[in-house]
Amino acid sequence: MSDLKVLNFMGYRKTLAVASLVLILVSLGSLAVRGLNFGLDFTGGAQIEVGYEEPADVEVIRNTLNGAGYRDVVVQYFGNNTDVLIRMQEDNNPRLGDEVLALLSETRDDVELRRNEFVGPQVGEELRENGGIGMLVALGVVMVYIALRFQFKFAVGAVAALVHDVVIVLGFFSITQMAFDLTVLAAILAVIGYSLNDTIVVADRIRENFRMVRRDETDYLINLSLTQTLARTLITSLTTLLVLVALGIFGGELIFGFAMALSVGVLVGTYSSVYVSANVLMALDLTKQDLMPPEKSDDPEEEDIPAWLTDVEDDETSKEKS
Amino acid sequence: MLNKYPLWKYAIILSVLVLGVLYSLPNLFPADPAIQIQGAEAGVQMNDTTVQRTERLLDDANIDHFGAEINGQSLLIRLNSNEDQLAAKAAIQRGLGGNYIVALNLAPTTPNWLLAIGAQPMSLGLDLSGGVHFLLEVDMERFLESRLASYAANIRTTFRDENIRYRGIDVLDDGSIQVLLADEDFRSEADTWLRRNLPEFQRSDVESRGLPGLILTLTDERIAELEDYAVSQNQTTLNNRVNELGVAEPLVQRQGRNRIVVELPGVQDTAQAKNIIGKAANLEFRLESRDGQGEVYPFRDSNRTAMLETDVIVTGDNVTDARTSYDENGLPQVSVNLDGDGGSRMGQTTRRSIGVPMGVLFIEQKSILEGYEEVDGEPVPIYDSVEEREIISLATIRGAFSNSFVITGLDNAQEASDLALLLRAGALAAPMQFVEERTVGPSLGAENIRMGTQSVIIGFALVILFMLGFYKVFGIFAAVALSANLVLIVAVMSMMGATLTLPGIAGIVLTVGMAVDANVLIFSRIREEIADGRSPQAAIDGGYKSAFSTIFDANLTTLIVAVILFAIGTGPVKGFAITLSVGIVTSMFTAIMLTRALANLTFGGRVVKKLPI
Repeated sequence: MSDLKVLNFMGYRKTLAVASLVLILVSLGSLAVRGLNFGLDFTGGAQIEVGYEEPADVEVIRNTLNGAGYRDVVVQYFGNNTDVLIRMQEDNNPRLGDEVLALLSETRDDVELRRNEFVGPQVGEELRENGGIGMLVALGVVMVYIALRFQFKFAVGAVAALVHDVVIVLGFFSITQMAFDLTVLAAILAVIGYSLNDTIVVADRIRENFRMVRRDETDYLINLSLTQTLARTLITSLTTLLVLVALGIFGGELIFGFAMALSVGVLVGTYSSVYVSANVLMALDLTKQDLMPPEKSDDPEEEDIPAWLTDVEDDETSKEKS
Repeated sequence: MLNKYPLWKYAIILSVLVLGVLYSLPNLFPADPAIQIQGAEAGVQMNDTTVQRTERLLDDANIDHFGAEINGQSLLIRLNSNEDQLAAKAAIQRGLGGNYIVALNLAPTTPNWLLAIGAQPMSLGLDLSGGVHFLLEVDMERFLESRLASYAANIRTTFRDENIRYRGIDVLDDGSIQVLLADEDFRSEADTWLRRNLPEFQRSDVESRGLPGLILTLTDERIAELEDYAVSQNQTTLNNRVNELGVAEPLVQRQGRNRIVVELPGVQDTAQAKNIIGKAANLEFRLESRDGQGEVYPFRDSNRTAMLETDVIVTGDNVTDARTSYDENGLPQVSVNLDGDGGSRMGQTTRRSIGVPMGVLFIEQKSILEGYEEVDGEPVPIYDSVEEREIISLATIRGAFSNSFVITGLDNAQEASDLALLLRAGALAAPMQFVEERTVGPSLGAENIRMGTQSVIIGFALVILFMLGFYKVFGIFAAVALSANLVLIVAVMSMMGATLTLPGIAGIVLTVGMAVDANVLIFSRIREEIADGRSPQAAIDGGYKSAFSTIFDANLTTLIVAVILFAIGTGPVKGFAITLSVGIVTSMFTAIMLTRALANLTFGGRVVKKLPI
């Protein structure tokens, strides 16, 4: 450890706190003004994806549909110029997909139905509610777990980091107006999982250093912990980003939003594990007393881990001694 | 000596890996395109003659086929190519006729020795296999309305019979029944009768239009019971209809309080599917004709016929319930309940017809495959909608009855429950509507599989390259662990019988990226220990030990999130949650136990000067 130069992360904490705040305000502002471009899953309505053998002309398709009396029709290319996505806000007509396909095959017969989705308005509303509830439940449960396993101040820090990440990813989707559907919601919940992972690794180190290192300045101890975990934080983010990029490029249009949401989430999550959760710990003035184990052994490794998991190590120790 | 695992630990790791490989193997055998043939009715059996007929039909149509096998009620015949499937289906259906349901299917090619240990490939979600997903909602409001109306009619009839004088019995907008009576005495009489006979209502006194009255509200339990009944009745009906569609592996499942999911893999013609699913059945109760005038109908389960009068006593709309029960001798019977209106008409008829058999006619709108039409060289099925009328029960009236009666003389419990099911299917079911539909074309499904697999492979390769470059020999350990993890995820998913979806594949990709985290944590710790001046052996041991609690905490919290995702998610999102959870658990094993074993095997128990990390 001696040759590792401790980086002064906390020296920039005020500047970056402002930067985070600005990002959050911009995200919230955009969410308030522009909102999210909810996909079919949440709004209800109909969505039909058709594939042509030769490049399609969206203008012709739009005119055909408008000519047949359909209103509010959104026609756009989906991924490439032979695939076309048609969205309509028409409720209560589950037969819409079949009608549209019949209509389109009158003008060009190389059309093929790839996907046809109809979601009733009520189902959409329920999914939206469930999604929101799910996010809140996830945050609550996680906060309780960290408060029990670490300490209350860590729970505040972790949840601050998670809220930070989720708001910014939502803000990203609001600003870019990319379609926000069920898979994106899944990705955001996965972001919570990922960012938490990062935050816990850092928190674990901070706790260890607060107990083991014989220096008392909070900022030094936090800087030390962040420096020690920096390599790991960066490498894990990098490998995760590698697979996400692969998924985004090769996974196809249906999964693109998912890959995008996670990529943004991983980037923000990496940053927030350093600057948001640790920043909150500084602000809450974490002290050594906060982290002294209540009564048991002073070995920080001896946590309440089930015996079946620790016996890997126990075996080693017994062998060593013999 | 440091860094040696006892033999049993290696044995455990090795056996987990071997099991993983065995149980993930079936996924490597691509399924054969196949045609599945079933009897349209229970009586039609598959036998060698059917096999020979089918094979001859395929030979005549010049379609390559092999491996015909009979599995209980169905016959499966494999084809050489996907393109032949539709043509083969058309040829077989045309040749065998309407008594058989011919469906497209995929036949697994898992070798027998793998099947023997219970290894099966994962099933594919609709977004990968193509097909239709419907979500139907049972309209509870309208259902309850009709139930209340029939209760009100029922009460009116009985009060008239019992001479309880009332001035009005009406269903109010808030879902309660208001009973207005002539005077106080009748009110207490009515109250007593209602308490005794309709305990499912809560009663409260009311004065309206200067008359004493009662307000009846259904108890919550009864409402829940009625809803339950309505949904399961609709589910049964849907099951029957879906079978008619000729889908190889349909799914009809209740979802939540009042919804039913129908999944039909491989079905492309959604319009036809909706027609069949949405159609109605009905019942008619008629007396057997005694004067030789009437209409002759066949029995549903035998070749007999009977002549029924043209007058209809009651229809399925009047039937409120039909259930199997047993008489005092333990013989099966079916108890039928009618609403008030039907009850009084039934009463009038039966009073003067004791000793006469009464028949129940089951009327069904059926789509019958007429034949095929060539459209652009592709056979397109032509359906004709016909009404089918069959007698499902003919039993002698033993005495006068009105609202409720039993049908006896049934041979066994199976027959009784079949009859009850048909009666319910034909009775007025709660109306249903489509609230969600998703169709995925087969080409899109295949494309999703291809792209999903591709991104798993590329993401996997990138991560492995990076780990090898960054951690050298320990990078190899991580790479082995990652491969083992992938195998274990597939094995566990296959064993659980989980369904793989596109977001599920995304979950696997994500797990690949995140699973190395544990190894990165361990390896970083080992590097730190070395920087601290520990010996290589002590560094390995210390690295694994100090990283453990971090890995455990981090994975457990992610697992919590995955479980929540599973709980709130639907369909594809559930698939993502499943792969993510499985991946977290298996990655704990591979990243900690397996890499440790590899490190121990490579470096343990000997003098190592410098660790290649």
